[in-house]
Amino acid sequence: MNFQLDKSQKEIQKAAREFAKGEFDGDLVLEEEKMGKFPEKIRKKAADLGFIGVHYHEKYNGGGLGLFENILLAEEFCRRESSVGIALMLSGFSAECILRFGSENLKTRWLPMVTKGEALAGAAFTEKMAGFDLADITTSAKAEDGGWVINGSKNQILNGSTAGFYCVLCQTDPEARPPKPKSLILVEADRQGLKVENIRNKLGMRMSTTADLRFESVRVPYENLIGRRGQGLSQVYSFYNEAWILIASLALGTAKGAFSKAIDYVKKREQFGRVIAKFQVTQHKIARMASRIEEASAFVYKTATDFDHGKNRLAVGAMAKLCACQTAIEVTNEAIQMLGGYGYMREYGLERFYRDAKAMELFCGNTGFLKDIVNREILGNAKYRQ
Amino acid sequence: MDILPYTQTHKDYRERLKDFIAREVTPNADRWEADHQVPREAWEKMGREGFLCPCVSSTYGGMGGDFLYSVICTEEMAKTNQTGLLSLLHSDIVVPYIEAYGSEKQKQKYLPGCISGQTITAVAMTEPGAGSDLASMVCTAEEERGEVVINGAKTFISNGINCDLVILAARNPEVDNPHKAISLYLVEEGTPGFKKGNKLDKMGMHSQDTAELFFTNCRIPHENRLGEKGAGFIMLMQKLQQERLVCSLWALAIAEYTLNYTIDYCKNTHPLGKALSRDQSVQFALAEMATEIKMSRAFVEQIVLDHISQEDVVMETSMAKYKTSQMVHHIAGQCMDLIGSFGGEEDCPISRKWRDSRIMSIFAGTNEIMKGIIAKAMNL
Repeated sequence: MNFQLDKSQKEIQKAAREFAKGEFDGDLVLEEEKMGKFPEKIRKKAADLGFIGVHYHEKYNGGGLGLFENILLAEEFCRRESSVGIALMLSGFSAECILRFGSENLKTRWLPMVTKGEALAGAAFTEKMAGFDLADITTSAKAEDGGWVINGSKNQILNGSTAGFYCVLCQTDPEARPPKPKSLILVEADRQGLKVENIRNKLGMRMSTTADLRFESVRVPYENLIGRRGQGLSQVYSFYNEAWILIASLALGTAKGAFSKAIDYVKKREQFGRVIAKFQVTQHKIARMASRIEEASAFVYKTATDFDHGKNRLAVGAMAKLCACQTAIEVTNEAIQMLGGYGYMREYGLERFYRDAKAMELFCGNTGFLKDIVNREILGNAKYRQ
Repeated sequence: MDILPYTQTHKDYRERLKDFIAREVTPNADRWEADHQVPREAWEKMGREGFLCPCVSSTYGGMGGDFLYSVICTEEMAKTNQTGLLSLLHSDIVVPYIEAYGSEKQKQKYLPGCISGQTITAVAMTEPGAGSDLASMVCTAEEERGEVVINGAKTFISNGINCDLVILAARNPEVDNPHKAISLYLVEEGTPGFKKGNKLDKMGMHSQDTAELFFTNCRIPHENRLGEKGAGFIMLMQKLQQERLVCSLWALAIAEYTLNYTIDYCKNTHPLGKALSRDQSVQFALAEMATEIKMSRAFVEQIVLDHISQEDVVMETSMAKYKTSQMVHHIAGQCMDLIGSFGGEEDCPISRKWRDSRIMSIFAGTNEIMKGIIAKAMNL
């Protein structure tokens, strides 16, 4: 396994780092994160420079690159400002379903909207009364007069009130026996009968919106079906695999950003007549944080590389998210401790990194769910002796 | 397992306090959090009903209660999901300085207002450059013609905006030995040269009006010195035992609230037609947290008894403060993860508990300082 970045990857990384340094205005982020405002201007610039959708094919205005290049961007953006990095990198959240499974028409119509910064995408999968595994969702799409009529509610949808379109997971064969077949259907945000409700006030990831959606006899053309009818759930899981690796890289970048802030601080802050970097306990904390970051880096890079080589395993994607989110939480938490009271102050930014790290742990599958996913591959199919 | 000897009077007091909280605190908690401030009337109401400074002697209008009343107030207020009406800071941390070290005149002047809630107090030790290393403070107090002139800045001061009276630690620039240079002073709101800075914007404790305080040629009368000249450091050290014990009780009560909420949530949420609490991994996680809390409670309550008997429990209190502050935040984080995505929303009270509790392993001496004290007590 070779994790040496090649020349073009190094250039991408450098470009992302410089873009973040130049465009992510810390004071503005401090204000806008509080208000829960999406970084629209930065998104537009990032799109113009080709940072959104590097993993899409060029014919959809993408970069023609892989997930690996996408996670390099995610990492660099989050290093600078986790909330902005998350909002930018998840601005097309679920558009990969179209990229991987959609018809040529859907791809041509929607993917350039994402890469050009003209539309956000929302993954409308989860529902209030259904678990995260989505087996029990009840939103239905009925085939009628050459189109779909969608009814139901979706809960806690990222980009919920800001998306231009949603990939909606629906039951499409109400007569079938459980588990009822499901399909993914694209719904444009301006369709009649689609209502955004209950915009959520979140702990972290606050520069992306989260809201609930209600579908009241929403009609869309039959061609809005993404991929094959009845394959919705497996397509969503395939998307999750990619999404978890991406979230893992956002978490990794968040950890790295917090780590740098802590290093800068301990080298300058004096207590008891010396800089606190001189205390052994500080040094060992730094060593521990650095080790966790190295572990997570190796894991996330490997997982992304495997994904790009078609060797993707859902369990490993889940593990990568578990590992990187734990790392991010531990590292950002320790960084706050090193800054003491300053670490707790919003102005110093670290607490935002910590809230974002925690929010990412809870987003798109909490620890318990991800462990179940990992287990399905390891013990799931084994025969047990009673 | 009753360790603390609560009498019926204590129990009645707790019930009355719960009733007060249900009427006057809980319904306002979200508004105070959004306003980043608690109205002064809330303090006055709390005082009027007898829930501030329950341990102050009846000579000054107090109840003259034992420390168990402080325990009751701390525990019940911890469950209110707001930190602006931070009565434990006032009742059990700041006012005890006045009662223990104040002159008769100072006590008569200030204690009745502290009890009634008309005088809200704060204690100012930390400075921008002196956090853990308290002895390195640079705020100066110089005596000049019967007056004391104060210059310097303090930061992270709880009740900083609402306070009417500040117990200020400042050093005599003529004395080099930091342990003999520091004295405590009583500075009243409105004294020329005393300015309150901006409210600090924090990760949590949003209703708590934490602020910076500035002193520029601030002149106070000589008789506003609290206790002996140069004895400030010793007084601070003596009072830190109770401060850290109260912080431990606070952390413990929040951990209990958090766990109870999560148990209820897991029992009553059925995402797949089955309660979350039927999951074995959820059960084990809740069992582990309950165990940690029970063990901490036994330890902390034993310290409460020893503290009431005036034993030196500096080491044990440091252990309790380190352990409970770490535990409460860890438990809040774990509970959020059990709850799932709703756990990461501000509508879930545990989200606020997680934000609020993060500071607990930093304030009143960081956990690194606690471990240093413990190591020293172990003669290492």
